[in-house]
Amino acid sequence: MTPASAALTTATAAAGTHGFLSPTGVEIAFLLVGIATFGAALVTVTTKQLVHAALWLVATLGGLAVEYLLLTAEFIAWVQVLIYVGSVVVLLLFGLMLTKAPIGPSPDADSGNRWAALTVAVAAAGALVWVVVDAFRTTWIDLSGPASGSTKVTGASLFRYWVLPFEALSVLLLTALVGAIVLSRKAKADTTPTPAGTPTVPGSRREKEGAR
Amino acid sequence: MHLAYPAVLSALLFCTGLYGVLARRNAVLVLMSVELMLNAVNLNLVAFDVWLSRTARETLHSGQALTLFTIAIAAAEIGIGLAIVLAVHRNRGTADIDRLRDTAEGHESDAPAAEKAEATA
Repeated sequence: MTPASAALTTATAAAGTHGFLSPTGVEIAFLLVGIATFGAALVTVTTKQLVHAALWLVATLGGLAVEYLLLTAEFIAWVQVLIYVGSVVVLLLFGLMLTKAPIGPSPDADSGNRWAALTVAVAAAGALVWVVVDAFRTTWIDLSGPASGSTKVTGASLFRYWVLPFEALSVLLLTALVGAIVLSRKAKADTTPTPAGTPTVPGSRREKEGAR
Repeated sequence: MHLAYPAVLSALLFCTGLYGVLARRNAVLVLMSVELMLNAVNLNLVAFDVWLSRTARETLHSGQALTLFTIAIAAAEIGIGLAIVLAVHRNRGTADIDRLRDTAEGHESDAPAAEKAEATA
């Protein structure tokens, strides 16, 4: 949090009518939840225990849901809780379980290029935070009035202006479902070789299994 | 609320995910870091949507709609990604990204090790 706080303090002087030194209650809540979220994200990418990483990811995603609530985007917040905390983390835990992840601390969780990764990430964070603070330090979000992300508003805009992308997205989800089933099905090519007459799709899974 | 708060938090979360993608060795942990990066983008989209819907009287709510689309695509991505990781683990016996070097160039010394890993799998 140190680069962010340093950048924020440098930007304090230039803020206009709404100073950084007199934060509102929403800002204080956002800052505290943001610190918790960022800390949980850091633990997620640095912990040696693989299952703990998934559980800290729950804390990160839940903190982000609270941030959405503070930004008056209720619908997005509950979708976040349902889909990310509810299903994606469960999928990740199943993935860890099925790949026989060790329960205890695994010393080789980080690869050898972690220092290069740290350099790249810190450089990117510094550049991004600098640019973002410099660009938006005087921009003020007015959170008063009716919520701009309630279910009614979101549903109206989604089904009035975004119907075609919405339907295309449902096709994408169906494709992903079928693809996941096809990928994770056990191939029986070893026991039942394909007859010579039947044409096989080039590059299909069965052909690759036979070639191996 | 200042727009700088969510923007800075989003940038920091994105860079955390970037570090995770580059530094992690297990494929499932890399997928977790990808989720972090996608969530950072979502936070940015929501914050800018709330800002624009007030200052610019924007009624399209494109930020929130795109956030919902990103969440759906992330769900599809995690399903396909985990299926691929499981298929690799079933065929090779490992989900370690550093050991999947079949298409790497210029690592002649790694070829016997890779063949041995494939033989044992």
